[in-house]
Amino acid sequence: MNHLREIAYLIGSISFVLGLKMMGRPDSARKGNAVAAFGMTVAVVGTLFLGPEGFRVIPHLEWILSAILAGTVVGFIMAKRVQMTAMPEMVSLFNGMGGLCAALISVIEWREIITRGEAATITTLHYLPVIAGLIIGTVSFVGSMVAWGKLNGRLGDFHFKGQQFLNLLFVGAILAASTLNLLDGGASGISPWFYGVIGLSVAYGLLFVFPIGGADMPVVISLLNSFTGVAAACGGFLYHNNVMLMGGVLVGSAGTILTVVMCQAMNRSLVNVLIGMVGQGASGASSSSKGGSVREVQVTDVAIMMKYASKVVIVPGYGLAVAQAQHICHELESVLESEGVSVKYAIHPVAGRMPGHMNVLLAESNVSYDKLVEMEHINPEFSTTDTVLVVGANDVVNPAAKTDPASPIFGMPILDVDQSKQIVVLKRSMKAGYAGIDNELFFNPKCGMLFGDAKDSLQKLVNEIKAL
Amino acid sequence: MTEFLNFIGENITFIYLMVLMIFVGIELISHVPAVLHTPLMSGANAIHGVVLIGAIIVLGNAHDDDYASLALGTLGVLVGTLNVIGGFVVTDRMLEMFKKKPGKGGAK
Repeated sequence: MNHLREIAYLIGSISFVLGLKMMGRPDSARKGNAVAAFGMTVAVVGTLFLGPEGFRVIPHLEWILSAILAGTVVGFIMAKRVQMTAMPEMVSLFNGMGGLCAALISVIEWREIITRGEAATITTLHYLPVIAGLIIGTVSFVGSMVAWGKLNGRLGDFHFKGQQFLNLLFVGAILAASTLNLLDGGASGISPWFYGVIGLSVAYGLLFVFPIGGADMPVVISLLNSFTGVAAACGGFLYHNNVMLMGGVLVGSAGTILTVVMCQAMNRSLVNVLIGMVGQGASGASSSSKGGSVREVQVTDVAIMMKYASKVVIVPGYGLAVAQAQHICHELESVLESEGVSVKYAIHPVAGRMPGHMNVLLAESNVSYDKLVEMEHINPEFSTTDTVLVVGANDVVNPAAKTDPASPIFGMPILDVDQSKQIVVLKRSMKAGYAGIDNELFFNPKCGMLFGDAKDSLQKLVNEIKAL
Repeated sequence: MTEFLNFIGENITFIYLMVLMIFVGIELISHVPAVLHTPLMSGANAIHGVVLIGAIIVLGNAHDDDYASLALGTLGVLVGTLNVIGGFVVTDRMLEMFKKKPGKGGAK
């Protein structure tokens, strides 16, 4: 019975790889998630009840079980209650919890090392996983909390001149404080440098995420996700625990690649995202200064336009999510299809607040897969499209990404809606998009604006089309 | 230098494991359709909740009279569990929607 725990960890590790693999295919994705969850359960139970010499109950079981119970109940309720639209911030919140967990492990471990009097003799390479877990975990925790706050609108963007330089300075300071903490040797208890590392990591987490805004938030969440993976891997190194190491490294590398893939989808490098500061105030010239006027259209006009079109493309954006308009959007699609209009959805890779956000949302309302067309496939089709209906999207259809090198989103591939015959934009007001910049598209003579809540407008549109 | 070499020697299996896992991670993600990026991110988020095991280990190792460690460890296990449970449940909810797609054709 000696190696039972190792077998439990082996099962855990294999099911993580298998689960993640299955999650990469639509038909097996849900099962993959269950497989990974099963592996996690086996690994946790193994840790609780198996020691190096077979069965044993871990000390402080009562503390551990009550914490697990509380976490399970709270986590389950939160995850069940959250609206589909608030999913991105929920993921960010849970990610932060993982980061905090990793940081706490390092804090406790360091206290133990000090108590045992080993701090003076610890080798650099044994010190590394402890301090790296602390730093990365803390940055991930604080960063995720900021991302969470920004996504649910509690926090705004914040940046100042020279911030990037300051960030670099902070990285240097964190490394210096970590070194000084090691050199301190811990003869007189926990060194102030240790607290310094924590404080600096908190500050860095804030500075790192606060200036990043706009369409870049998903990239940041994905990056922080892989940070937490690395922090977990540090724990694996620390305790020579295979399942933590494998799970952590797996997420660290998968998360990094996912981040890069997302950046590629926006035609930007990761560095550019991190220091590019999308949404910088400088470009936020007032909307009137661009000249031209917007053309407001009425529901009846739009209804006629759509009913007698032969091809309609719907461009969903964050506004659709906010207004919870996915179901009525699907109804509009069905009504139009029954009138013989071909309807497709143009999905920009970063529409919404997460890649794939729109797919998830529209899938919820039973829109079938083959109607969701990715950017590179739909762009050539716009020239043969009669009417494009933009529902709460903004930055992803902003021609400035192509024409204005000074624009913060310059270089991002966009949906070429201006190739179509007519454009109708559903929008609550003339407010700028998340990137905080003007959209010339609205001043395009082909473009009509239908102001109002997206759900409301779509409902009226459906009624109108049915009545025609 | 010796210290470094010793470290490599002692941890060689872990280093192999790490390098291989990095490649597995890259390989798993590279060919995934954009549709699944969000659930995948969320699923990966749940998997790094494995850090919970580390929290269980430190809490198990804490001395009976070291209340600071016990409290911090309990907090660690609590937030770690939040990560795991919340992560898997949220992912499941997202993927549930994909399952319901009524064949081809959209309208019910």
